[in-house]
Amino acid sequence: MLWIPAGLALALVVLPVVGLLARTDYARLPELLTSSASLNALRLSLVTAVLSTVLCVLLGVPLAVVLARSRSRGVRVLRAVVLLPLVLPPVVGGLALLFLLGRNGFLGYLLDVTAGVRIPFTTTAVVIAQTFVAMPFLVVSLEGALRGAGDRYERVAATLGARPWTVFRRVTVPLLLPALGSGAVLSFARALGEFGATITFAGSLEGVTRTLPLEVYNQAEADVDSAVALALLLVVVAVVVIAVARPRALEGRP
Amino acid sequence: MTLRAELELSRGSFSLSVTVDVPEGTVLAVLGPNGSGKSTLLGCLAGLLVPDDGVVTLGERTLTRSPRLQVQPHDRGVGLLAQDALLFPHLSVVDNVAFAPRSRGASRAESRAAARRWLSEVDAAELADRKPAQLSGGQAQRVAVARALAGEPDLLLLDEPLAALDVDAAPAIRGLLRRVLRSPGNRRSTVLVTHDPLDALALADHVVVLDGGRVVERGATREVLSAPRTPFTARIAGLNLVAGTAEGQGVRTADGGLISGIPSPDVVAGEPAVAVFAPGSVAVYPAEDTPAGSPRNTVAAAVGTLEPHGPVVRLRTVDGDGWAEGLSADVTPAAVAELALEPGTPIRLAVKATAVAIHPAFGK
Repeated sequence: MLWIPAGLALALVVLPVVGLLARTDYARLPELLTSSASLNALRLSLVTAVLSTVLCVLLGVPLAVVLARSRSRGVRVLRAVVLLPLVLPPVVGGLALLFLLGRNGFLGYLLDVTAGVRIPFTTTAVVIAQTFVAMPFLVVSLEGALRGAGDRYERVAATLGARPWTVFRRVTVPLLLPALGSGAVLSFARALGEFGATITFAGSLEGVTRTLPLEVYNQAEADVDSAVALALLLVVVAVVVIAVARPRALEGRP
Repeated sequence: MTLRAELELSRGSFSLSVTVDVPEGTVLAVLGPNGSGKSTLLGCLAGLLVPDDGVVTLGERTLTRSPRLQVQPHDRGVGLLAQDALLFPHLSVVDNVAFAPRSRGASRAESRAAARRWLSEVDAAELADRKPAQLSGGQAQRVAVARALAGEPDLLLLDEPLAALDVDAAPAIRGLLRRVLRSPGNRRSTVLVTHDPLDALALADHVVVLDGGRVVERGATREVLSAPRTPFTARIAGLNLVAGTAEGQGVRTADGGLISGIPSPDVVAGEPAVAVFAPGSVAVYPAEDTPAGSPRNTVAAAVGTLEPHGPVVRLRTVDGDGWAEGLSADVTPAAVAELALEPGTPIRLAVKATAVAIHPAFGK
């Protein structure tokens, strides 16, 4: 009996991609993908997604360790806060970022007045928006791995005379590498696909903030063939991500 | 370094209140069932747990003086060897052992050289370049011993170091621990937590017995184990111990008697040894019978005391021949009635050689 709904669910996932493949104009594909607008979008997407992933790792690893190892009660509340971008509509996230870092936001105003820095509608804004939505993926997968492993190795390392920073560098991080890899890939994929927060907070300026998803959206009005070609590119990247990195969270392994 | 610790700690309904003293160069065994507070005690000594109240001193240094002073685990100069080897899976064996010297600031080359020295000390030099996943349980524990010692700790904490090993590996690691713990000139104090009285017997100078977070008995290992003063100790650790000199497959006692058994691999003929067997493996016969069966060890004795001991009656002997003095035997109430046993009754005891373990002895 479960076969019918299961088949429907599978069709819901697979058929749209098949539709995309069927609609693609393969003759014009190379030309569409190498137009200057497409190449600009692709380059910007790759650069910003890589930068966001690096930021996610640099900030997310310490956050995950603090969340997993701290025993204080307030940390439980913090964990819920960290998960917020995961459940928040990205557009709302973008709006929130705008009201923090925009010219009328309190931090944005401060930056503008003191340093003359304006963040919204710049490539920096794209990176911040992508990091905002992608970080929870990394933190959640790392925190799960840390809790699962427990702190037995860290305790042994401490009795062997290793200071907390040495323990972190020589024991915690190396043991985390597999989870870190899959978490980073998930974050990268999420950053690459980011749309709502980016368009709200960074706008859609070619070469500056118009990443691939924004370009797809832009072209869907003007040249459907071009939009489909770019969409296909994003599908290929997604498949490669799953195939190469096989994130544990996606394979259902603990 | 001499260890002194007075600790009070409570967690929920459990409370621990103990005082231990471990003179420099000696080994203290902490015996007790699960939940008696053994591991909590070790955690407090290692600095991984903070006692509610207490003082821990090691030599001249104060490690804990609650509530204000709590030296962090990495500054304590303690080494911890747990039930699981817990070798860092991402480091090779030699880098695992080099971890402690490296953490203390030695160069990579110096640390590796020290690690190789310690690995050969535990007969594991050939494992140096393997990854922990390629080791058997016994090999991993051997490496873990080397890793704990490579930190040159003033205080070594052993938390059930043999409990996770299979029966083939345990005697070898026990022998190794005995060798490194009793090496001459060693100034280290060692605390060994175990639920197995044999480990205490093989490794420790002194024993404390814990029950429900309290010390119920303490003293020299052999005295506590062979003549427990509390029923609790008798239940968990009451063993028959016969001391003498190793000879062939047995132990020759001072007055010339021989008790046969199964020697452990590190027994050396002519060296002091002790035969160990449980009261449950001693059979009791009327004095006029001479058992003609397989038991190799038979001896004449007289009934000293009879005490109920759970479902059985524990009989203690008096003034027997040779090694029969002060032995315990567990018999059923029905046997007591049938053999008409009462204090003073002459009896003959028999122990199968296969039930007797022979271990090297040390100390007095």
